[in-house]
Amino acid sequence: MRFAGTESYVATEDLLVAVNAAITLERPLLIKGEPGTGKTILAHEIAASLGRPLIEWHIKSTTKAQHGLYEYDAVARLRDSQLGDERVHDIRNYIVRGKLWEAFTAEDRPVLLIDEIDKADIEFPNDLLQELDRMEFYVHETKETITAAERPVVVITSNNEKELPDAFLRRCFFHYIRFPDPDTMAAIVQVHYPDIKKLLLREALGAFYEVREVPGLKKKPSTSELLDWIKLLVAEDIPPEALRAKEVKDFLPPLHGALVKNEQDVHQLERLAFLARRERGN
Amino acid sequence: MFVDFFVTLRGAGVPVSLMEYLTLLGAVEKGLANESVDDFYYLSRAALVKDERNLDKFDQVFGHCFRGLDMSIEEIFGEIPEEWLKRLAEKTLTEEEKAQIEALGGWDKLMETLKQRLAEQKKRHQGGSKWIGTAGTSPFGAYGYNPEGIRIGQDDNRNNRAVKVWDKREFKNLDDTVEIGTRNIKVALRRLRRFAREGAATELDLPDTIHSTAAQGGLLDIKMVPERHNAVKILLALDVGGSMNPHVRVCEELFSAARTEFKHLQYVYFHNCPYESLWRNNRRRHVEREATWDVLHTYPSDYKLIFVGDASMSPYEIAQPGGSVEHWNEEAGSVWLQRLLSTYPKAVWLNPVREDRWEWTASIQMIRQLMGDRMFPLTLDGLDRAMRALGR
Repeated sequence: MRFAGTESYVATEDLLVAVNAAITLERPLLIKGEPGTGKTILAHEIAASLGRPLIEWHIKSTTKAQHGLYEYDAVARLRDSQLGDERVHDIRNYIVRGKLWEAFTAEDRPVLLIDEIDKADIEFPNDLLQELDRMEFYVHETKETITAAERPVVVITSNNEKELPDAFLRRCFFHYIRFPDPDTMAAIVQVHYPDIKKLLLREALGAFYEVREVPGLKKKPSTSELLDWIKLLVAEDIPPEALRAKEVKDFLPPLHGALVKNEQDVHQLERLAFLARRERGN
Repeated sequence: MFVDFFVTLRGAGVPVSLMEYLTLLGAVEKGLANESVDDFYYLSRAALVKDERNLDKFDQVFGHCFRGLDMSIEEIFGEIPEEWLKRLAEKTLTEEEKAQIEALGGWDKLMETLKQRLAEQKKRHQGGSKWIGTAGTSPFGAYGYNPEGIRIGQDDNRNNRAVKVWDKREFKNLDDTVEIGTRNIKVALRRLRRFAREGAATELDLPDTIHSTAAQGGLLDIKMVPERHNAVKILLALDVGGSMNPHVRVCEELFSAARTEFKHLQYVYFHNCPYESLWRNNRRRHVEREATWDVLHTYPSDYKLIFVGDASMSPYEIAQPGGSVEHWNEEAGSVWLQRLLSTYPKAVWLNPVREDRWEWTASIQMIRQLMGDRMFPLTLDGLDRAMRALGR
C-alpha cells in the first residue's frame, strides 16, 4: 500500500513520505496546519487513493474517548425493563458500537479519520493511548476484547487549539501542512479548475497573496477560501483586468466576501482602500 | 546509527524520545527513506518532531549533522559558558582609550569580528583588549567600557550608558519549579478562582433527574451536568532582564504558583514595556517573537491580564516612538499598553519595587496612570489587593 497523491489533491514530497511512513509502520499520522489547508481532505484522498473505506469520527467539545469505542445505553435498558421488553435479557442489545470499533472490525483495512482532536477535552488523547497503540480494547459489559484484525490507517487532524500530551505525540508521525508557496498554489488551483485562464489565475493569485499580506487581519484567507473565490470569479466571468492593480491597498478585490469572512477584516481592507484613494487624490 | 544526530537533537532542545528514535530506525529498515537525503530528512522530521515550533531547531540540527552546515550564530552564543562572563573586576579607562575603542569600526565590523573571536576562543578570559570576557576593553563582553560594545551575559544593569544595547545574552527562563515560599502566593491567587460549569456533561444532576422523571410519569429520565472547573483565564506578562534581575526570585515564585493554580494560564515576556512583539521563550527571544497583535487576537477579552514588572525605565521608553532600549519601535509603549488594556479590561500591574519608593521614579508614575491606578506591590498583601481588583 502506497499513497502517491491523487488527481484532485496536490501532495508535496514531504507529505507523501510522512503518509507512507504512517501506513507502513501502522502508526497514527497527526496532521496540523492553518485552517483551510486541506487537513481533512487528506484523509478522504488517502482513502480514495488506496481504495479503502473511510470512517470519519468528528470530534466535538463533548466527545469522550469512550464514544469512539462503544456506549452502553443503560437508560434504554432500564426503560425496556419497565415496559417488560424481551430484549432486556441480553446486554448486547444495549451496546452501541463507536467509530473505533467499526474501524477495528471492518473487513477491508479502512482509513480512520479522527477530525479536530483538539476540540475535545484535554484528557481525550490520553484516554485513547492504549486503544491506538495496541488497536484493541476491552468491553466490560460483555467481557470480550475487541482487537483490530487489520490495523486501520489512522489520520488525526488538529487545529492547535489545545496542546496534545507528549505520550500521545510520541506514538504518532507528525506532519505540519505549511501554507503553499505560489507555485504549489497555482498547481492546486489548476487541479480544481483546469480550464481557468492563465492570466486570470496569475492576477487572482497575486491579489490573494496581497490580501494575505494585509496587516492586522484576524483570519488570513487560506487555500479553501482561494478556491471558493476563484469559483466565483469564473462563475461571474470577471475579466482578469479587474483584478489588476499595483497594490491591493488601492482597491478592494471583486467579490472579496469570499476571501475575508470577518466583518472587522472587511473593515480593515476598506479602510486601507479608502486611505489609498485619498492619498492618490492629493 | 544516527546516535549523534539523536543526541544533538536532544541537546538542541527538541524533545525526542528513544521510542521515536526506534520508530525512525524501523522506518529506515523498511526502506522508507529510499536512500536519499531528502526522503530521510522528511521521514526523520515526521518521526521525531511533533510540534511545529520545533521544526526550525530540527532543521538546524539536521543541517549540522548531515550536511556539515555551520551552526548558526545563535547557537554559538548559546555555548558561551556562564563562568567566563562572571563579574570579577571593573576597569576605568582614560579618555584616549575610549576614543581608540570608538575608532574600531562600525556595527557590521563588530559583528564580523565577534563571530571570528567566538570561533577562536576556547577558554575563559578576563581583561585584555581582544578576547570576550569581562572587564576588558574589547568591544565584546560585559562590565567593560566600549560605547559600541555588545553586552553578553552581564548580570545586572551596571550603568545606563548604553542607549541601544543589542543584548544577545541569555535571559534565563523563569523557572516554575521553585516550590519554597510559593504556598502563600497560591493562597493569595486562590482568591481569583471562579468556578463555572463548562465542557462535557459528566455529573449526575440529581434534582433535575428527579424532577424530569416525575414529569414523565415515572419513566426514568437521567439528567447530567458538566463538572465544575476553575474558569479563570490568565494572561501573565512578565518583564525580564535589566532592572528586573534583582527581583527574579520573587517573580519565579509567583510564576510557579500561578502555573499550578490556573488551568488557563498563558504567559509572555517583555522587556521594560510591551511593544509590538513579545516572546515566550527567553532563550530564543530574538528568534521566536510573537506579534503583540497576534496575542491580542488569540486570547479573548475574558482573559485577565497581569503585568509583572518594576516599571522602572526611562520615560521615553513609554512615551516616545523609538524609545525602546533594544530596538526601534514604531509606536510608543503607551500606545501598546493602551491597546492591551482595551482588549483586556481586567488588568493589574504587579510591581516588585517597594510601594513607598514608587514616587521616586517618573516611569512608575506614568505606568500607574496608564493602568488607571491598578498597580500593586508584589507582596502577599499587594497580591491580595490585586486579585480583589481583578475579581471586581
